[in-house]
Amino acid sequence: MNKICGGIPTQGKGQEKLLLLLKQAQSKFGYLPKELMAELAESLCLSISDVYGVASFYSFLSTKPQGRNVIRICKCLPCLLKNAQTIIESVEKEIGIKPGEITPDGRFSFELTNCIGACDEAPAMMLNGEVHVNLTPGKISQILKACK
Amino acid sequence: MPEKQIVLRNCGVIDPKRIATFLDRDGFKALKKALDEMTPEQIIGEIKVSGLRGRGGAGFPCGLKWDLARKAQGDEKYVICNADEGEVGTFKDRYILERDPFTLVEAMAIAGYAIGAKRGYIYLRAEYHHLLDLLRNAISQARERGFLGHFEIDIREGAGSYICGEESALMDSIEGKRGEVRFRPPFPPSKGLWGRPTIINNVETLMNIPQIILNGAHWFSQLGTELSKGTKVFSVSGDVKKSGVYELVLGSRLRELVEGLALAEKVKMVQVGGATGRIIPYEMIDSSLAFENILGAGAVIVFNETRDVIDVVYRTMEFLAEECCGKCAPGREGTEVMVEILERFSRGQGVESDIRVLEELSNAMMLSSLCGLGQAAPNPVIDSLQYFRGAYESRIREN
Repeated sequence: MNKICGGIPTQGKGQEKLLLLLKQAQSKFGYLPKELMAELAESLCLSISDVYGVASFYSFLSTKPQGRNVIRICKCLPCLLKNAQTIIESVEKEIGIKPGEITPDGRFSFELTNCIGACDEAPAMMLNGEVHVNLTPGKISQILKACK
Repeated sequence: MPEKQIVLRNCGVIDPKRIATFLDRDGFKALKKALDEMTPEQIIGEIKVSGLRGRGGAGFPCGLKWDLARKAQGDEKYVICNADEGEVGTFKDRYILERDPFTLVEAMAIAGYAIGAKRGYIYLRAEYHHLLDLLRNAISQARERGFLGHFEIDIREGAGSYICGEESALMDSIEGKRGEVRFRPPFPPSKGLWGRPTIINNVETLMNIPQIILNGAHWFSQLGTELSKGTKVFSVSGDVKKSGVYELVLGSRLRELVEGLALAEKVKMVQVGGATGRIIPYEMIDSSLAFENILGAGAVIVFNETRDVIDVVYRTMEFLAEECCGKCAPGREGTEVMVEILERFSRGQGVESDIRVLEELSNAMMLSSLCGLGQAAPNPVIDSLQYFRGAYESRIREN
């Protein structure tokens, strides 16, 4: 257990802890490797399919490796009305990949996401969990340059 | 009807990080009054008489919900605050939590006393992770001041899922599971979180509670219409000059909000209630905003004359198909089929029979879906077919 889940407390009611532990693992490893899900299942007395079922249900959990920085541009109507498409294109131009892809150097994942609740300051995106609003191509360029 | 601030009364006035500024605004006086001068039954009676209905979209009478949970058998009960607003175009709860987390804590403590619960959960959507510290700080300051002696509040974060704002999926998510909708009955007030009596209230619903306790049910029920009492907080976005959050007395006109406050011009239509809400053409801009008419959770997205209604409905259905939990066939398959058909129309490749299929499918989904998502998913299709049928007909392939 400690090999992979090291540092993540696994005591307590099995099922109740599962989502919390998956979220912790996600932020620690950047994704949820198969081995980790198998070990979590064993230690929480759940089946592997129970764990995979939860891991694959939520859009902020990933069962595949992600880039060091995860870009999520909102693609819902309030953002689209404020030219989110231009922002999507400027990200594509800036880092050379399409939504759903990872840059070859592993620096960025690029995804489109559903409403993040920043419609009053659209277009908006989340970058590594942080919300950025009133985006322009110039702002995108600045924000992405600051990412390691 | 005028703007009035009940829910937003502290927003921009207090410092959301400092409880002292909240106490200066009668903070925790309602909780004191509830604990010292009122029985749980009196509190529930007051909420019932006030006419307060759920602000998350469903409009269920709040007092009745509490009463059912109070009377339900069970040594452990729970209060859940639903802070998982994922409806497209909704951001009012974020606005409220950013500016006044203390009123929410006070309201949950009152709810706990009223139904006999010792523990409450705030289910916060993952997209609002930035509010976590502010909420934790509000809870711990309230605890330090001795306001939470009878009641403990925990925060549970979501992980990116619209359907988890649906109450039964939300409970499954707190239990660490996939956020799938449950069969009902039983309803949460009898069997909710871990099978125990549970009330689930939207952030905005709870924000009303302290003011009702302090000022009385009669004061509250004077505002609004016969079936919709009090105020409603609206999130306005899209083609407007002043997007943002507005609180209006229920029964106010859509025009007042969209043109009067948000300064929209050349409006073609308004989507009220987000993805599962209604599409209102400009000719109906004088509709009143109330549970008995149009309301939802108060998301108001404005579209100007340059916007294409088919594109709007197509995007909306795409969202619903993605966010559907997949448990029931009408929700899972119905939204997918609608996306396919709408996509055809958006390319000008619709066929005559598509319109009939859309209408039949709408009926089937409304009647047989397991939860509100599937039941209300056809709304934008039905409304656009009713008010903008020509847009569909002009996209039927000519051959």
